[in-house]
Amino acid sequence: MIVARGLRKVYGDFVAVDGIDFEVRKGEAFGLLGPNGAGKSTTMKMIASVSKRTGGELTILGLDPNKRGPEIRAHLGVVPQQDNLDRELKVHENLFAYGRFFGLSRKFLKTKVEELLEFAQLTEKRNAKAEELSGGMKRRLTIARGLVNEPEILMLDEPTTGLDPQARHILWDRLFRLKEQGVTLVITTHYMDEAEQLCDRLIVMDKGKIMAEGSPADLIKRFASKEVLEVRFGSSKNIEIAEQIFHLGHRTEVLPDRILIYSENGEEDLQAILKLGLEPVTSLVRRSSLEDVFLRLTGRTLVE
Amino acid sequence: MSSANANTVGVSIEKSVHDSVWQGSLNLVDVARARNFAWLHVAEARIRNMMKWWGSIAAFGLGNPVLYLFSVGIGIGALVDSNGSASQLGGVSYLTFLAPALLASASIQAFQDETSFPVMEGFLWNKNFFAMNATPITGRDIVNGLLAAALARTVVTVGIYEGVLLAFGAITLDVALPMFFSAILTGAAFGSVMLAVTTYVKEDDGFFAIVGRFIIAPMMMFSGTFYPLESMPFYLQWVGWISPLWHGTDLGRTISYGSAQQGWVTISHWVYLALWISVGLTLGYRQMAKRLAA
Repeated sequence: MIVARGLRKVYGDFVAVDGIDFEVRKGEAFGLLGPNGAGKSTTMKMIASVSKRTGGELTILGLDPNKRGPEIRAHLGVVPQQDNLDRELKVHENLFAYGRFFGLSRKFLKTKVEELLEFAQLTEKRNAKAEELSGGMKRRLTIARGLVNEPEILMLDEPTTGLDPQARHILWDRLFRLKEQGVTLVITTHYMDEAEQLCDRLIVMDKGKIMAEGSPADLIKRFASKEVLEVRFGSSKNIEIAEQIFHLGHRTEVLPDRILIYSENGEEDLQAILKLGLEPVTSLVRRSSLEDVFLRLTGRTLVE
Repeated sequence: MSSANANTVGVSIEKSVHDSVWQGSLNLVDVARARNFAWLHVAEARIRNMMKWWGSIAAFGLGNPVLYLFSVGIGIGALVDSNGSASQLGGVSYLTFLAPALLASASIQAFQDETSFPVMEGFLWNKNFFAMNATPITGRDIVNGLLAAALARTVVTVGIYEGVLLAFGAITLDVALPMFFSAILTGAAFGSVMLAVTTYVKEDDGFFAIVGRFIIAPMMMFSGTFYPLESMPFYLQWVGWISPLWHGTDLGRTISYGSAQQGWVTISHWVYLALWISVGLTLGYRQMAKRLAA
């Protein structure tokens, strides 16, 4: 569905995307992860066929977006990071008007709009102006709008930011079903649980480059241990104590508030710590998550 | 209670998923149709928006000419006509002299509203141009669609205006149609350039105040609207020569009461106004596409 080879985007002398390669197959849920400024949104804009690439190759549905953008966009559903609804129009008019941009018939849209209102749980708000909706409702409407043309590829840029847990889980369910119907999903997200839930495969980007690629389970296996032991001794003692337990696990990370020990068996390591006569204030053994991978690959420093 | 609630949630999810068959856009979307009528779909969306304000648009469309004709046309007209100025006005009453200018400026006003505000909305206030551009719609389609919608509104506004002018006896029925076209062309010339200029506006800090004070107001005053351009000092007449309003007004006067003009002057008015449209479109297409792709 999507093939990128050496894909590059340069703004002036700033390299936003620095020669990346990836492939997205039909019916796959593909994730783009990375800290702010990693080049995810720029990559999304190039796939969405609105922003032209500076270099490399990109084909979507077998077509070149630099030449046949409108034709490709006919088959995309785009949920942008920032809701760009028509504030003056009513909820149902927003869906209808958007459907018209795809040349869809009024007759088809009449039923489609009702269906999407129900999907977004906005049936009761159908006659409210878009600007009167709450943040979560706007988000749901934007997502529903992206489905109006029954897209082959649905692109979601941080889809659940601003949604409450109920709406989030309902959306995940719906996205999963769309995937089962053969819709290809391209998702960016800051939520690692969301990426683990939804994505078959993902890339982790940083500074315009791909740091790693694989399935969530695969990435955890490659870049993190099976389990993580988190212990807290109080912020003043962490560094001092870390030296005594450095031999435990594959890797130890000392943070201001806690020590993380990446290991195969967290419980065993915890026992070892207790045997040394050390008494952590709190301790927690958990499975490694995508978040551990993400932080390892892109660092803990804030980049804005 | 809790189990009943859980059931309701379950049911609503099931229902929303199964009530129609997913066809997929490859079967559903007719790309050729979407492309061929893209500009029309933009115009349709714009008119849907406009209809939220149709009351104000109609009231303004009717109120504006009535007020102008009573106050300036008839009030000041009585003063002008009693001073025997007809020779300077080409041998007609002040009302007849004024009418083509008012008609052209009403057209400009309508186009101005529909080419500047929607562009600010599309890029800055609502960002809905970016939403449109995520569909088969291109920047060029947006420009064409906005202008088509502006044209639709102006046709109504100018139509109402002409009706009032006829009622006041300011124009005659036989010239109504050609005057209608010359007024629309004047508005379109101004509007396409206005649209292009607005696509360059990156921040909403007093842009409209600047346009109103430094472009619209001087254009109204120095385009031979209320008195012949020739009666202004020569060093100010250039404002009229570049102003589409003056070209439109002079064209309207020629049509209305045949104010003595050589044929080439009339043709140069049409050409000049057409030139504005082509410059506006060229710049508008380019900047719109550039900004959407940024």
